[in-house]
Amino acid sequence: MAIDESVRKAVLGAVPSLRAFAISLCGNVDRADDLVQETLVRALANIDSFQPGTNMSAWLFTILRNHFRSEYRKRRREVEDSEGHYAETLKTQPEQHGQVEFREFREALAHLPADQREALILVGASGFSYEEAAHICGCAVGTIKSRVNRARTRLAELLSIDSADEFGPDEQTRSVLAGGRE
Amino acid sequence: MNERKPVGQQKPMETAASRQKNHAKPAKLGREVQARLGQQLRAMYDEGVSQGVPDRFADLLTRMDGNGNKDKH
Repeated sequence: MAIDESVRKAVLGAVPSLRAFAISLCGNVDRADDLVQETLVRALANIDSFQPGTNMSAWLFTILRNHFRSEYRKRRREVEDSEGHYAETLKTQPEQHGQVEFREFREALAHLPADQREALILVGASGFSYEEAAHICGCAVGTIKSRVNRARTRLAELLSIDSADEFGPDEQTRSVLAGGRE
Repeated sequence: MNERKPVGQQKPMETAASRQKNHAKPAKLGREVQARLGQQLRAMYDEGVSQGVPDRFADLLTRMDGNGNKDKH
């Protein structure tokens, strides 16, 4: 196939965030890269179904998300997987590409149900609106909101963040946050 | 895509009661807790974003493009 230059640019431009999404979803850089690769192959094979003028990133995220979920279901059937098992495999992986710093956070993230994890990442990190995230996940906006809320609550529990006192030394940020609104 | 949603602004201030653990249903998180979570989430995510486009993906696109152009050259 011949790839239009503007498509090529848009696709490559989306790759860094798409890849960060994949890494956050599956917690494994190598598997994330495979996911991104499969996503790009699928996307380019079906580029005719992309509507020019719409959001290329959201389109690619949708493909990756659906592919990840169908793979996840397959694996789950194969090994009777559960969030717990996924979290365990994460722990036994060798450290990869500077992930040490976020290890605790990644482990907590891995304990979330997949639907909550993806909703939180899309809205909280990828910068999609609730509406866009709902479109990507094929569900109602209210469902995304509720998943994001539950994800935050659970993460706060897992990371034992339940009061300002545990925020560490960042006093300045805290006082700005406390004084800056309402 | 690059816009950041303010993660910490969507809930009213928590009350002492809502902070108690072992609540039956999810308590509303304080905005500082949400801000902290959002910050960590984005830091983790941005670390991935900052790695840019690995060569394998640029190469992949070139290869796929090349396949289709064979008959033209």
